[in-house]
Amino acid sequence: MLHIVNKSATERGTLDSCLAMATKGSAVLLIEDAVYAATKGSTAAAKIQAAAAGLKVYALGPDLAARGMAGRVLDGVNVVDYSGFVDLVAEHKACQSWL
Amino acid sequence: MSDMDMEDDGAGVVKKFMFLNRKAPHGTVYALEGLEVVLITAAFDQDVSMVFTDDGVYQLLKGIDSKGIEVKDFSKTYRALEGYDIEKLYVDQASMDARGLTEDDLIVDVTVLSVAEMANLMDEQDVVISF
Repeated sequence: MLHIVNKSATERGTLDSCLAMATKGSAVLLIEDAVYAATKGSTAAAKIQAAAAGLKVYALGPDLAARGMAGRVLDGVNVVDYSGFVDLVAEHKACQSWL
Repeated sequence: MSDMDMEDDGAGVVKKFMFLNRKAPHGTVYALEGLEVVLITAAFDQDVSMVFTDDGVYQLLKGIDSKGIEVKDFSKTYRALEGYDIEKLYVDQASMDARGLTEDDLIVDVTVLSVAEMANLMDEQDVVISF
């Protein structure tokens, strides 16, 4: 399963909802304002780092760059571009967008 | 009362306006719209404070490159505010801390306030407009 989160973890609870439901080996892709959670120093960073042990965590590069966060990505988070986003969708049986 | 009378009554009145920015820059349109309204207000010679709290502090980050998402980079506009006599920019210390940010990460000079100081600043205002 590919889980997609697009809301800021410091404003909404969708990242928590996602991480509670994502089973071991699942992929979590952070896009739009959700990418802030994958940056160093954020209160959400610990959640992402804990999750990265059992999940594959991705963040969309263009969304990081647009937020001035390209140089602050946590270790263990894989940065993908739009074609990488398409590949992730194609590789997984199903997607869940945590709107 | 005629239109002319109303204009006369309003002339020279300066109110304290606070624009409270609490949203990250690109995920919603609030940040850009808030900035537009602040620039409009500047034309009326009011006492304007711009406050950035919660995810709003992300609006002021350096190094924004929004070409990849095909969205206008309005972050440089914050540097132009000084030219419109909008010089009171405040950020919330706790919001910065929670996001691992320091003043060095910001594109403009700001005054960093504690939550208590921010609360007092809000109490002093005639008008608070939130984005």
